[in-house]
Amino acid sequence: MTSEPNSRAAVRRIWGLLYRHLALYRRTWPRLLELAYWPVLQMCIWGFTASFLAARMGNTAVITGAALLGGVLLWEVALRSQMGVAISFMEEMWSRNLGHLFVSPVRPWEMITALLLVSVVRMLGGILPALLIAWLLYACNLFALGPVVVLFFMNLMIFGWAVALGVVSLILRHGAGAEALAWSVLFGLTPFSAVFYPVAVLPSVLQPIALALPSAHVFEGMRGVVLQGTVRWDQLTAAFALNAVWMAGAALLFGRQFRQARLRGALLSIGE
Amino acid sequence: MSGIRVSHLTKHYDDTLAVDDISFTVPVGATVGLLGGNGAGKTTTIGMLLGLLIPSAGTIEVLGHDMAHDRFAVLARMNFSSPYVSLPQRLSVAENLRVYGHLYDVAQLERRIAELAAELELGDLLDRPAGKLSAGQKTRVALAKALINRPELLLLDEPTASLDPDTGDWVRTWLERYREETGCTILLASHNMAEVERLCSDVLMLKRGRIVDRGSPHDLLDRYGRDDMEEVFLDIARDRHHAVTA
Repeated sequence: MTSEPNSRAAVRRIWGLLYRHLALYRRTWPRLLELAYWPVLQMCIWGFTASFLAARMGNTAVITGAALLGGVLLWEVALRSQMGVAISFMEEMWSRNLGHLFVSPVRPWEMITALLLVSVVRMLGGILPALLIAWLLYACNLFALGPVVVLFFMNLMIFGWAVALGVVSLILRHGAGAEALAWSVLFGLTPFSAVFYPVAVLPSVLQPIALALPSAHVFEGMRGVVLQGTVRWDQLTAAFALNAVWMAGAALLFGRQFRQARLRGALLSIGE
Repeated sequence: MSGIRVSHLTKHYDDTLAVDDISFTVPVGATVGLLGGNGAGKTTTIGMLLGLLIPSAGTIEVLGHDMAHDRFAVLARMNFSSPYVSLPQRLSVAENLRVYGHLYDVAQLERRIAELAAELELGDLLDRPAGKLSAGQKTRVALAKALINRPELLLLDEPTASLDPDTGDWVRTWLERYREETGCTILLASHNMAEVERLCSDVLMLKRGRIVDRGSPHDLLDRYGRDDMEEVFLDIARDRHHAVTA
């Protein structure tokens, strides 16, 4: 019943996994609402804050507000990408479907690819309404930063995926007990990612931690564009390089934990 | 070529020995029962046959492929059903079958779904969420999922658990017909002795991870001097009677 070539079959398996999640969102509107709820709420709170500061403090606050809103929007890219992968994996765990998936011909890399694609869909579903609100209510157009914004997006997405793979690995290791990490782990990195302030503001002992995060370099780069009007290619290069290291580490961790789960028999009982 | 060839298969979790050096062969086209009480090692054995579990020792060959090194070559030719592994509850029956049809790269998928719906009487259920079905309906949907790729090897873990006698009989009759029509090899783990007697050409009796007896249901009944497999099962489980060896 199988057909060649293998690459076409692999694409079809990835589509099958993607279709599973798209069908789920089509059937449950609260899930769709949940995608956009938090990014929109964040945008409203920070947008009004920036408007208030601009009214009181003038032009300096306008520029600061733009950096603030840019930070909110871009950080949501990382958050939504990370949650997109981790929550989609947990959907399989909650529905006790992992056993069926892992006895099918789906390779682990195909499952990861499908999860990444689901996360892109989820991220866009959350970010696009927030971008629209920022533009309509606060005249903040993130794309006015230029094509470089796509590179910021890419880096934060990849960073979110790396963290998500780490979370999925922990779920494979510790089961449902680790699922709270899917919501909390990236929030814990927010202070070190220098989303709203430069890395230099952090105590010197914490700065190496920040500089090890691709996200901190993205936000330094973003502030370079917003505040000085210059693209910091050094920061973008550092972000891409660090992302390569983070993704490689996360992939190794996932591979190791997947094998450990097969040794322990956790793939059948992970929902418990 | 055998459907399944297991040699000196062993699995231990830390200090617990779940499967202890078992060897058996399932010929192509045969239906073999894997019997044993709770904790006997049935699920662990099935997990290793499916590649979900890595054995501690021993080898597994499925449809001529070594599962340790070549499992993806054979996973598309086999399938699995268990009441303890669910399908996504919020997806409709048709959506679930579509997902697995894509995963198994089934050609002419919509036609295959229509065939299965007709054969397993799922026509009225296709648009209903899988989570809203009765136990009997869920079993039929699980069977449809397990047959979506027309498997050459089917592993069934308690296929009629929690079904009423009428639905259980319907499933058994359907499996008998499917096996006759397709020549599919079936490994069946069950606690229902009447089911095993009816469906299986051979039985492997597991206890504390070891195969303690094997043979056709007829041979086992003769050997233990019993009228039904339930008594044979109890004899073995409770060590209350030893088979009269030929």
